[in-house]
Amino acid sequence: MPRRPSRATRHRLAADAALLVTAAAFAVPLAWLVLSSLDTGATLRVRLPDAPGVANFAAVLTDEITFTPMLNSLLLCGGATSLTMVCAALAAYPLSRFRARFSRPYLLTVLFSTCLPVTALMVPVYGLFVRVDLIDTMYGTALFLATAQLPFAIWLLKNFMDGVPRALEEAAWTDGASWAQTLLRIVLPLMGPGFGVVTVYTFIMMWGNFFVPFMLLLSPEQLPASVSIFTFFGNYQGIAFGELAAFSLLYSTPVLLLYLLISRRLGGGFALGGAVKG
Amino acid sequence: MTGAVPHAARPAPAPRPAAVRRGLLRWSPLAPATVLLLLFLAGPVGYCCYLALTDTQLTGQESASFVGLANFRRAVTDPAFLNAVVLTLVFTALSSLLGQNTLGLALAALLRRASRPVRAVTGAVVITAWVLPEIVAGFLLYTFFERRGTLNALLAWLHLPTQNWLFTLPILAVSFANVWRGTAFSMLIYSAALAGIPQEVTESAEVDGAGGLRRLWHITLPMIRRSIGTNLMLNTLQTLSVFGLIWTMTRGGPGDRSQTLPVFMYDQAFMKSLIGYGTAVALLLLVVGALFSVVSLRLLREEV
Repeated sequence: MPRRPSRATRHRLAADAALLVTAAAFAVPLAWLVLSSLDTGATLRVRLPDAPGVANFAAVLTDEITFTPMLNSLLLCGGATSLTMVCAALAAYPLSRFRARFSRPYLLTVLFSTCLPVTALMVPVYGLFVRVDLIDTMYGTALFLATAQLPFAIWLLKNFMDGVPRALEEAAWTDGASWAQTLLRIVLPLMGPGFGVVTVYTFIMMWGNFFVPFMLLLSPEQLPASVSIFTFFGNYQGIAFGELAAFSLLYSTPVLLLYLLISRRLGGGFALGGAVKG
Repeated sequence: MTGAVPHAARPAPAPRPAAVRRGLLRWSPLAPATVLLLLFLAGPVGYCCYLALTDTQLTGQESASFVGLANFRRAVTDPAFLNAVVLTLVFTALSSLLGQNTLGLALAALLRRASRPVRAVTGAVVITAWVLPEIVAGFLLYTFFERRGTLNALLAWLHLPTQNWLFTLPILAVSFANVWRGTAFSMLIYSAALAGIPQEVTESAEVDGAGGLRRLWHITLPMIRRSIGTNLMLNTLQTLSVFGLIWTMTRGGPGDRSQTLPVFMYDQAFMKSLIGYGTAVALLLLVVGALFSVVSLRLLREEV
């Protein structure tokens, strides 16, 4: 009796120690972010602020640095997320409910395009956007962002939709409801959490996306936060590192909060659950 | 999985009008997504194939002409391109195969044994690094590796030799940055996979006297081999397209010593104005990505 628990405890302590060391290593850059944002004399290394305060935040909370780029990000990513989710929900419905000869190849193509490296496409997309005059337009960029996330959203939603039992829908059909009514009134409400998770995930991916708006948007007043932060601080010459940290924190907070929201809902392991099952 | 419904819209041999109408109505919701995918995904892929065969430049050119495979021939003999290929391989091997994958598996295995508060703290820290936007991660790791940054401060404190990491070993620094940013994904995948191993299997091996390493090699790894495959593919695909992280940390420099293929592609197309050549490089990257996609599709096949 005394042997087993002690061995288990030993194992647990070893695992705890190893994890704490790793967590500390991972936490160092994060500590810099938080500490420097409160430190007006912040340097490149982690240090405790002499006189912690919110002066850095006050300095970056201007129209030019924070409000306009954040609003642009919200418009760009909000618009693109809505478009992705509407198209994905519409597409997922027949793919989940009906079978035809083309539905399997269609799904395989969707799954294939989730993996394509979008980065590699950006040079031709730039060329194409110059030709069709979509370059430097917010809606053009939103259309591309929406399409880039679309395959993954379709795939996840289709998997979530497969989990909604068909019995209720069949009752609705016999009552003469159209597919649109069935989708809107029965299927989507039943898969609410799944739909929410995919929406939030899509939004997070777009909010953090740098390369797409970096390539497709040119005029400074249209740039979202992901690009403007780079134009303000990216050359590291003569910048206040405290302000860089403060703005980075402001820019990251929405996605951190959103992630918290969905991770709690699905117990942390949502990890693209639909796409990557064992 | 199952065969087609006989009354499906398109392929039926002699479709009755009513069946056609019902089929069209049923599948019409697919239209908006299909249109977007064709216009903004298939379109650029096609345009990519075309551009790669021309000598298009960014400025000062009346009309581009068709040059066949000249861009590709040029790439094979371009030392800068070969440098980028080697660096991409190093970057992928170090950060995706060795770093994210191994560290992710180790963390997932340790998390199962650890006590609750440690599990919560580690999970939160590692996942935060993953959720942060790419550019912020780039800034943070820049300050960490910079000459006057935290890493050197720590090394000096431990009386170890310091280095200007971003100058002497830029590819190592960006690889570490990618590990920092990407490990959470592998950790989550492997946590789910390990949770799926039935308890009895591990227990009976333990009763038979198999030690930790042998259990790992003979039981755990074989049982999660599909997750390992999927995870490796997805990690590699993600790593192949990393741009913002490297761009914020080193801009591919100093010189071209951290210039992986995406950075090289951008540099050729926009800094050197050679859109045609840059697109040819992009096409190569796309083909490699497509090959990896097909492999991961095979691994996921039973899911569809």
